[in-house]
Amino acid sequence: MTEPVLHQTPLYALHLELGAKMTPFAGYEMPVSYPGGIIAEHKQCRSSAALFDVSHMGQVRLLGGDADRALESLIPVDVVGLATGRQRYGFFTNANGGILDDLMITRRESDLLLVVNAARKAVDIAHLTTNIGHRCIVDPLPERALLALQGPKAAQALARLAPGASALTFMSGGVFTLLDAECFVTRSGYTGEDGFEISVPAKRAVALARALLAQPEVGPAGLGARDTLRLEAGLCLYGNDIDTNTTPVEAGLGWAIQKVRRAGGARAGGYPGARVIDAQFTTGVMNKRVGLVGLERVPVRDGAPIVDARGHRLGHVTSGTLAPSVNVPIAMAYLASNHAALNHEVQAVVRDRRWPMRVTAMPFVAHRYQR
Amino acid sequence: MTTKYTDDHEWINIEDHEAAVVGITLHAQDALGDIVFVELPEVGKTFKMGEVAGVVESVKAAADIHMPASGEIVEVNEDLRKDPSLANRDPMGNGWFFKVHLTNMAEFDQLMDGPDYDSMLAKS
Repeated sequence: MTEPVLHQTPLYALHLELGAKMTPFAGYEMPVSYPGGIIAEHKQCRSSAALFDVSHMGQVRLLGGDADRALESLIPVDVVGLATGRQRYGFFTNANGGILDDLMITRRESDLLLVVNAARKAVDIAHLTTNIGHRCIVDPLPERALLALQGPKAAQALARLAPGASALTFMSGGVFTLLDAECFVTRSGYTGEDGFEISVPAKRAVALARALLAQPEVGPAGLGARDTLRLEAGLCLYGNDIDTNTTPVEAGLGWAIQKVRRAGGARAGGYPGARVIDAQFTTGVMNKRVGLVGLERVPVRDGAPIVDARGHRLGHVTSGTLAPSVNVPIAMAYLASNHAALNHEVQAVVRDRRWPMRVTAMPFVAHRYQR
Repeated sequence: MTTKYTDDHEWINIEDHEAAVVGITLHAQDALGDIVFVELPEVGKTFKMGEVAGVVESVKAAADIHMPASGEIVEVNEDLRKDPSLANRDPMGNGWFFKVHLTNMAEFDQLMDGPDYDSMLAKS
């Protein structure tokens, strides 16, 4: 059997130099954690600032006067109304209203910048090219790396390299020169903390990462901490918590579909699965994504069945861990809607034993975005 | 005192074969990362060699603890239950999992010794 060839990000050698434990992820060899370990990296991010290499994610720009309307034909999000310098969360949908991928969209001076999941970027680029390639230029940016600087002290650390970047507010972005490299910086991330994502030319990524890591507030963090942080923040992981079999309404992501794209809105529908999604907004859904907190200190992981007191199946867990910040088991699960009310008690099946869990509002740890 | 090792990265140490001590190796705890939960067997229960006798979970993964050689559980490490990170900090010492009364010394004898285990790790 031949091993699949794994891609490396521009920071690969730096990860090894920092002593990272590497793992295959979405076709890339990525750092899971550094010698400090996942819990320490998680706490570093919650208490100070952590630097993540997210260069495996896909960066794609759409160019042309019709790009926003063209993109609206694939996603149920208001792109036309997105002001220059503003960023929005969204998702590509299929004809059943299922989620093909989730993404971030930023309107820049002369294009739309999309950031998509690593595991889905080839599919996404093909989807864009096939469906809207005749209406706008679909331009992948493999020559750019992406760094995420996250945490309550991210702004003060970044300010030493880019004094203007602290003026950005949550979900906005702009061009900044960092160490003589032209970067596109957004005030966003996927940890629940204040922070930035920095799109940097690949050739300058190592120098920038070293400069950021040299700031006293900043430590490196890997994919392990990124996962526990996003889970505490109640943010979905594509492939676990959302996929082609879940709709945005079932996933509790209806907030990301603006009124203008819903039934009765000025630009209602016009994207794949609109009829399904609009119907679900009206009539509700059978199953939905909820947060669960364990009442016993037993980690409950993805795939664990959720049952009622009599053992009848109600759903299953899609992500779960023992949360480093709150030190209790937390999970996301899809549950039958009549069992999804807040504070409802259910049971998770772990190794043939049942453990009580309670339906809980998300995020599990409050967001601290700089709005 | 003899310490032997399994393919699954458990160690078993016989000071006294009425109560051999079982834990996970330095390599195992490093591969798992931060250990946050252990499930320990009931005292008095018997397991055959290779059967799952417990579970160890880190932030990112769960792994089974296999019985290195057949026997009866005579004691479990309650300190480890309270503070699972002991298995990271001192895997070969205070982070032990359980003690077992071995019923078949031939099984123990066929396990790897330290140099054999090290060379298995070196090859992997």
